[in-house]
Amino acid sequence: MADGLTKSAARNIFYGGSLFFFLVFAGLTAHTHWYMVNVSTDSAGLTESVKHGKEVWEKNMCINCHSIMGEGAYFAPELGNVWERYGGHENPEAARAGINAWIRAQPLGVEGRRQMPAYDFSDEEMSSLIDFLEWTDGIDDQNWPPHPAG
Amino acid sequence: MKYETQKVALPFFMVAMALFTLQVVFGLLAATVYAWPNFMAEVMPFHIMRVSHTNLLIVWLLIGFMGCTYYLMPEEAEREIHSPNLAYLQLAIFAFAGAAALVGYQFGIHEGREFLEQPFWVKVLITISFLMFLFNTSMTLLKGRKTAINMVLMLGLWLAAVFWLFAFYNPTNLAVDKLYWWWVVHLWVEGVWELIMASLLGYLLIKMTGVDREVIEKWLYIIVGLALFSGLLGTGHHYYWIGAPSYWQPLSSVFSTLEVAPFFAMVVFAFTMFWKGSRNHPNKAAMLWALGCPTIAFFGAGVWGFMHTLSFINYYTHGTQVTAAHGHLAFYGAYVMLILGVITYAMPQIRRVQPYNQVLNMWGFWIMTSGMCFMTFTLTFAGVVQTHLQRVLGMNYMEVQMQLELFYIMRLGSGIAVAVGAGMLLYAFFGPVREQVPAGGTQITAGAGSV
Repeated sequence: MADGLTKSAARNIFYGGSLFFFLVFAGLTAHTHWYMVNVSTDSAGLTESVKHGKEVWEKNMCINCHSIMGEGAYFAPELGNVWERYGGHENPEAARAGINAWIRAQPLGVEGRRQMPAYDFSDEEMSSLIDFLEWTDGIDDQNWPPHPAG
Repeated sequence: MKYETQKVALPFFMVAMALFTLQVVFGLLAATVYAWPNFMAEVMPFHIMRVSHTNLLIVWLLIGFMGCTYYLMPEEAEREIHSPNLAYLQLAIFAFAGAAALVGYQFGIHEGREFLEQPFWVKVLITISFLMFLFNTSMTLLKGRKTAINMVLMLGLWLAAVFWLFAFYNPTNLAVDKLYWWWVVHLWVEGVWELIMASLLGYLLIKMTGVDREVIEKWLYIIVGLALFSGLLGTGHHYYWIGAPSYWQPLSSVFSTLEVAPFFAMVVFAFTMFWKGSRNHPNKAAMLWALGCPTIAFFGAGVWGFMHTLSFINYYTHGTQVTAAHGHLAFYGAYVMLILGVITYAMPQIRRVQPYNQVLNMWGFWIMTSGMCFMTFTLTFAGVVQTHLQRVLGMNYMEVQMQLELFYIMRLGSGIAVAVGAGMLLYAFFGPVREQVPAGGTQITAGAGSV
């Protein structure tokens, strides 16, 4: 294999090349950060309630059953577009009521069906969580998922 | 074992294997819920099993890496470990932190980002322990011989620590959160951990094949070069659908396709050294792991990764069971097999006996590896069906999941096989020493008989 290549040349290529690709990657990450804050997400709409909703989402570790924008446990439905699925684009009030009612109805106790635990959210927590899901639905994510089914 | 302090590795291996056992147990519980959804639904909901399963994996792999490093470093640096007591102390801190996190999860004490669920103070303890580990091993290296093996290994470990710091950064903007979350998750497993993997593999090959260090170390630099050249910009295959600019789609489709290259190179590397080697090392089981690890990593990380990494395919497969299939075989091949291989190599020397219980070890290898492969196949089929029904036809998520039941039952079966194999392996590691299988049996022989 590559007899012309010495070990020290291989080492220099490794260190130099890795540094180069890291700098390119860091630069593109910085641009992506700017793009997310200014273009693809609604920074103005990132209210205290949305922030609190993200905390509720994390505090209850929803990610270890659900997925959000395709990342998570894949054990329960995708929630990055749950707002769209509940018709939030057409009728926000109905979507809000629908999501609220669904969470409040847990656990369903249906035999043979995966069961979501009961979460004793206050009205304020529930409202913030739904605000967070609505805000997330508004992220410009290259039209993913391909179908509202998530 | 040439250096007395190499035995520091033993408690690391023991803790790692205890946590590995627990990881398999939680995996079996979660797999049972997939097959019978009401199983333990009230006692231990699925998300608790899942967070335990994934966190145990991460913690035991890290403890395993530490043990491997403590075992390797004296031989490579040609001096004793800087401070064995510091090693035991940092292990105690790390094991306590991991155990506290695990117990806390059962009572709902956690943060909420995937894989980074450890409470803040646990993250701090992990950081402190890891820095103590890095100090201890780096001091050993600085005063000793520097080889490509131990330099690349330490670089991988230091960079792992650096990127871990992003775990402390949790932006309120979900898209930005995800952007940097991958700086931990991807840059670990598809970046700097590959440095750890390649250098440990290089170490095993030097020891067992007797091939000249110059040759092995040149390969090592080429492999880790390929890993970072492809893997850094390959991170963007996670940026397709999270609110990032569209240029990541063509860019990372290309670079993450190239991520197959270092894994393929590792297969060629391991087998070439195996055939070139003149040494007929008595530890056949360790040789089997050293060849099996890059092979399964190539399929799990390389082929199964490539299968859904092109953006126009990932658009449909993202976040389905295809991802789960890839995740299982990639982690098993690249990192689980690696550490099990080093333990297989090191244990006879730490226990100061000839290679022992080799046949049982190899049975464990084949049963576990077959189980993991079958699990990957079942999840892949489940993922393909799910992709079609849900992403193409637009069927409701839960209805689709009902269609996948058969695959989930078969996955549970393969999980049981993995548990059986793991049990045999642990018995081979830690159980009573049995007599050697006489040479000349149906064993793989390294080089000696070949040209």
